[in-house]
Amino acid sequence: MAKVRWLRRMSAAAVAATALISTQGMAADTIKVGVLHSLSGTMAISETTLKDTIMMLVEDQNKKGGLLGKKLEAVVVDPASNWPLFAEKMKELLLQKKVDVVFGCWTSVSRKSVLPVVEQNNGLLFYPVQYEGEESSRNVFYTGAAPNQQAIPAVEYLMSPDGGSAKRWVLLGTDYVYPRTTNKILRAFLHSKGVKDEDIMENYTPFGHSDWQTIVANVKKFASQGKKTAVVSTINGDANVPFYKELANQGIKASDIPVVAFSVGEEELSGIDAKPLVGHLAAWNYFMSVKNPTNTAFIKQWHTFIKKKTRVTNDPMEAHYIGFKMWVQAVQQAGTTNVDAVRQAMYGQKVRAPSGYISVMNTNHHLSKPVMIGEIQPNGQFEIVWQTKGPVKGDAWSNFIPASSKLTADWTYPWVCGNCEKPKYTPVK
Amino acid sequence: MAVVTAGAAADDPLRPKVDALVTGSYSTKAQAVLALAATGDERAVAILNAYMARKLYRRVTDGRALVLKGDGDPMVFADPLDPKAEIKLKADAVTSVRINNRVRGAIGDALATLNLFSKNPDIRRAAADEAFKVRSPRFGPLLRKALEAEKVSDIRNRIKLALAAVLIANGSNTKERVEAIETLADESSPEVVALLRPLMAKTAKGEWAEKDAQVRAAAMRVLDEVEERLVLLSFLGDLYRGISLGSVLLLAAIGLAITFGVMGVINMAHGEMVMIGAYTTFTVQEVFRASFPEYFDWSVIVAIPLAFMVAGAVGIAIERGIIQFLYGRPLETLLATWGVSLVLQQAVRSIFGAQNREVGNPSWMSGGFEIVGGVTLTYNRLWIILFALMVFAILQLVIRRSTLGLKMRAVTQNRQMASAMGIRNGWVNAMTFGLGTGIAGIGGVALSQITNVSPNLGQGYIVDSFMVVVFGGVGNLWGTLVGALSLGVVNKFLEPYAGAVLGKILVLVFIILFIQRRPRGLFALKGRAAEL
Repeated sequence: MAKVRWLRRMSAAAVAATALISTQGMAADTIKVGVLHSLSGTMAISETTLKDTIMMLVEDQNKKGGLLGKKLEAVVVDPASNWPLFAEKMKELLLQKKVDVVFGCWTSVSRKSVLPVVEQNNGLLFYPVQYEGEESSRNVFYTGAAPNQQAIPAVEYLMSPDGGSAKRWVLLGTDYVYPRTTNKILRAFLHSKGVKDEDIMENYTPFGHSDWQTIVANVKKFASQGKKTAVVSTINGDANVPFYKELANQGIKASDIPVVAFSVGEEELSGIDAKPLVGHLAAWNYFMSVKNPTNTAFIKQWHTFIKKKTRVTNDPMEAHYIGFKMWVQAVQQAGTTNVDAVRQAMYGQKVRAPSGYISVMNTNHHLSKPVMIGEIQPNGQFEIVWQTKGPVKGDAWSNFIPASSKLTADWTYPWVCGNCEKPKYTPVK
Repeated sequence: MAVVTAGAAADDPLRPKVDALVTGSYSTKAQAVLALAATGDERAVAILNAYMARKLYRRVTDGRALVLKGDGDPMVFADPLDPKAEIKLKADAVTSVRINNRVRGAIGDALATLNLFSKNPDIRRAAADEAFKVRSPRFGPLLRKALEAEKVSDIRNRIKLALAAVLIANGSNTKERVEAIETLADESSPEVVALLRPLMAKTAKGEWAEKDAQVRAAAMRVLDEVEERLVLLSFLGDLYRGISLGSVLLLAAIGLAITFGVMGVINMAHGEMVMIGAYTTFTVQEVFRASFPEYFDWSVIVAIPLAFMVAGAVGIAIERGIIQFLYGRPLETLLATWGVSLVLQQAVRSIFGAQNREVGNPSWMSGGFEIVGGVTLTYNRLWIILFALMVFAILQLVIRRSTLGLKMRAVTQNRQMASAMGIRNGWVNAMTFGLGTGIAGIGGVALSQITNVSPNLGQGYIVDSFMVVVFGGVGNLWGTLVGALSLGVVNKFLEPYAGAVLGKILVLVFIILFIQRRPRGLFALKGRAAEL
């Protein structure tokens, strides 16, 4: 009995001690960086790497002496690939953990789920993944590509003689908001280029679809009608591996029917034998194979942090790199982590990105980035076969959808608006 | 002597054509490829093959094209026109020459013209098929020449087809073109349809695109014949794909047919057993890659018994550790095993990482063969169908003929009575559960060949597995077989019309309605055993 009481007292003391340490931690006053990426569930495959990227950047910043004389502290939560849970975890980060900035989300549906929470509580979210556009929130900075920085240039490339002068199009996607909106934009774009509806085949599959036999056979049939055919894939996540395996097994070669993918990067290819896929394409704003000093340093930093030479870097990681550096610069410039001040300081921030170009944050909360098209190589890397001359400014609202072509996103005076047809504040005379 | 050859090679008339391959833009490279092929020189085949394999390099100093022979420092190159002459160069003295799909296309095209006269019949066959696809007037005279020289009958046929394709578009008179169309009548590939359909089309003004009425009539006749055959073929194709999907469902569900069907345990961690099997395959492959790369093709075979043992052992541990305390309490079993599934997923994620793991296909499971008309049978699917049936047969044998099977059936039919007859209930339960999970592990070996190996692998199959077992009839292995195959076939026949998403929903609705009519599934157990 005495022993039990003693134990209880000890544990009480331990609890008190931990409480003391944590309050001391609080007293030391850190700048809190929220990380909202799924560490379990279907999206863990892609998002875990992004969590690690932010951890690496935070550690690096602390080595450099922190920010505004304070240490950075990463606050990691796991929304478990569960879309409503994203909103709850965002609330927890903003209201309980009181973070100064959040880096997070992958799928568009998770972003849409946290959007009301971030806006209501005036939070700050950096979203690092290529997406469908048609959005510009005051509280979100979009560091991934908008459709005009990825989808449209990729299709233009396939239409060009170098890309094989494709005349018929197969749009394959996973069934959710990103592929559906992107394909809507692409269809409008193809119409504007004189492609008829009978030369476009659109098909959607559920998340994690694993039986691609029928669809690949249909693509083959569609392509055998005489005109050169290309496939535009917005297939997301796990479903890509069985899709590419089926392509290879049914003998579809890239020189016959090239597939350009918007969600397949180095990370996704590391789970596939890439040899049969050589020549298929991906469009991104960054490839690991880009040669320049910033990228070499970035890759080296990543390998040292993750302690594994075989791990790859990819486009969303680079987006986080740009977003984090920009946020740090903006905080330094504003002299505070106050969201409104930082937002103002963000506009025009420049960062030399691993892509080899200087990325700029625009007043529509989208980046200017170069567009690159890479061919899959046998080692799972990409070789760039085409790229824009310089950075392209991200368009929040697509010009190819009639309703949105009129809209402007500009968060500086006099617009101060994410989706307006005319400035919200007319100058007072 | 060597000096002389080197000198001769330097003055070779082919030299500028070869060097043109490695300079300029992709479009000039593509032109250079065709120009080289047009010379008809025998050496061009090897050069173009090297180009396709990205083994062509450009010497920085003089822009000369070189073929890579050996990596290392210095790198070893051969003169493309004189493969015996070796040239050693530092890595920075050469640049690798990039190609894209346009150049690849040109190389394929060029090789087709050159390969029509190759000594190897397989290469000639492929070249004839390529010529049929390209159907450029350039091929006309070449194909005629090849047809005269060709002795092998099936290659002759293919060349005839390719020639027909060229002649229909570019033939000089009606008779020639009608004859060309008629040679296509026995073909059954969508390409023939694509070839003939434009002949029947009308222009925007309502005039026939093809002026010659005789040609049109011939095309109409042949098109009808070919299309009729294509409908049948596409039916066969759907059937095959349905059976293949069914066999995957069978492999995923057959373990569950034991644990849930025979034992009545709602095992939510069933999918994770499949996953463990797949990860075992991955681990075995890693060992093979590291230690015996030359026997890599055998790794999948070795993985089968190992996956059975690993998944079986985990299953027995779960049964002994948790489920044995929960018999007769389905809700608790469901929750507990669901918890186990989450633990297993996260454990695998911690050990192997959240990323997908690459499980390679052995060479005998890669690729496929085209039977006719765009119906491709892929080898991995074919093996999986056979494998699923084999596993099913073995399982039937174990249950019907072995002592364990006898005891298993006794215990599941009447626990108390079996116990009274001296059967160790606990032991039999553990073994049965282990058998079920082990079989699930074997399913994982097969699934690792067609889908990703990630910690979530099992989740995708758990619902399907329960669906199959419930639909087929709980407690009946034959029901599982028929259930899996019919669900697969129904799914695949619906997919072209309804799309993958709606197709799946329709199947689900169908099963719900079916279960309403026949709650015990397709093959209900009869007699007293069913009442338990």
